[in-house]
Amino acid sequence: MRVEQISIFLENKAGRLAEVTRILGQGNINIRALSLADTSDFGILRLIVNDHEKAKEILKEHGFTVGRTEVVAVEVEDKPGGLNKILQILFEAHINVEYMYAFVQQSGQNAVLIFRFDDIDAAVDVLRRNGVTVIEGKKLYSM
Amino acid sequence: MIYNEEYETMPREALEAIQLRRLQNTVSRVYNTVPFYRKRFDEAGVKPEHIQSLEDLGKLPFTYKEDLRQNYPFGMFSVPMDNVVRIHASSGTTGKPTVVGYTARDVQTWSELMARTLMAGGATKGDIIHNAYGYGLFTGGLGFHYGAEKLGASVIPISGGNTKRQVMIMKDFGPTILTCTPSYALYIAEVAEEMGIDFRQLKFKAGIFGAEPWSETMRQEIERKLNLKAVDIYGLSEIIGPGVSVECIEAQSGLHIFEDHFIPEIIDPDTEEVLPYGTVGELVFTTITKEAFPVIRYRTRDISVLYPEPCRCGRTMVRMGRVQGRSDDMLIIRGVNVFPSQIESIIMETEGIEPHYQLVVDREGSMDNLTVMVEVNEKIFSDEIKNLQNMERGLEKNIKEMLGVSARVKLVEPKTIQRSEGKAVRVIDKRQI
Repeated sequence: MRVEQISIFLENKAGRLAEVTRILGQGNINIRALSLADTSDFGILRLIVNDHEKAKEILKEHGFTVGRTEVVAVEVEDKPGGLNKILQILFEAHINVEYMYAFVQQSGQNAVLIFRFDDIDAAVDVLRRNGVTVIEGKKLYSM
Repeated sequence: MIYNEEYETMPREALEAIQLRRLQNTVSRVYNTVPFYRKRFDEAGVKPEHIQSLEDLGKLPFTYKEDLRQNYPFGMFSVPMDNVVRIHASSGTTGKPTVVGYTARDVQTWSELMARTLMAGGATKGDIIHNAYGYGLFTGGLGFHYGAEKLGASVIPISGGNTKRQVMIMKDFGPTILTCTPSYALYIAEVAEEMGIDFRQLKFKAGIFGAEPWSETMRQEIERKLNLKAVDIYGLSEIIGPGVSVECIEAQSGLHIFEDHFIPEIIDPDTEEVLPYGTVGELVFTTITKEAFPVIRYRTRDISVLYPEPCRCGRTMVRMGRVQGRSDDMLIIRGVNVFPSQIESIIMETEGIEPHYQLVVDREGSMDNLTVMVEVNEKIFSDEIKNLQNMERGLEKNIKEMLGVSARVKLVEPKTIQRSEGKAVRVIDKRQI
């Protein structure tokens, strides 16, 4: 029920993001989902990849600061109101979303939402009790 | 114009005779009244009676800022507190400030030197002096104030800050002489421009600027934007405050040191060897008339050069060149003394931060900007923007509170701060000084 996400500190300067994707490409790492949060000075690149251990290792070898966080992946039908349904459940349970991002699966049937919560256990519990599909890490990495 | 013609244009021989007598008096006074000096002199095997000529000054040990700090607050005073009428302190923020004291006669001496300074900078008793140096523990404000009164000019004790009001007063009161830091002068010019006030409509004819390093280019900019003649002044609280040396408005070429009160030397900061005139090195001063706080061979850490050729203004005293830098790594940011070690101790208090940091000083318009670059490692890294931003803001707040100077903290990727073999390059000063 928990998904490993890696995050990378990037200075806001030309070519840094490309450097990350180059290293991952050469290391044969496949990116499943990503989000980039940025300020005027720096950005945080968050990635879900097929092999987070290896990705972390090779990025560190290249001098990047890499963090690891557990996030929650949720499957939702790709149709209007899908995201809102999930957010309503969380709101009513007073669960705060630190950040989130989403991607659509290849089949086009379902969307995957990646959530960062402070209290993962509480969030997963609420989501499951409300019939939401929480995706296992293993399944997501190989999607 | 020369305020004290007799002393300021005195033939060298007569001046040196006075210097020797005053030096001998000072040396014997500190030996007998300040335990620190007695101990230092004894360790160096020198007694007051060994000072038989000005060359014998070289036998005396140096005094360092650290010595003043260790005798904080009043341990270096050479008179009882009964006789001290004024206390000032340096802007230095490394631990404790440097505290200095003045007797009534010291205040008179200082006023005389500041009257000389103002007149060298073009002021006469008929002038109105807009004194925007800070009043308070800092010696700038009150130093200029007493000098202006001694000269008989009218002084507006406006101090620093509230710039719009300053511009209004400049317009309404018609001051003719401006005294402030050079960066503040340029800032006033910017504010005046925003307010639609042209300096050509104001009555300024000259300005005396100091308390921070500045360049010839900056002088030209100030003269153009403020429509006045700008002269450089030098001083430090440990010696007396402003009034150690000043440029004359006639030549604007080198700062005349008031040698009847201070003996300057230039030394090699590493070997401590005294260097001949014309050689660049560290300025060292010995005060020879001060009562409450005399200093012997004080290491200023300011890098300059001395040249003895008489000036066309008629003054015979040795001139020093513009201060070119520091022999330690002290930075002066908007008039505040900052040592990289202070920033280091603040950032090191944050759990997890490694000592990879660098200070970048830049001048944007007329204001100095300090950026502190800190490398992000895994311990302080977070996947959430707000955590990293809180860290930046927290460090900025601590720097502001501890050092009194605003800095921008910028997180950078690891290994991006240049590593050097041996001594780390902690400071990149991009200011054109």
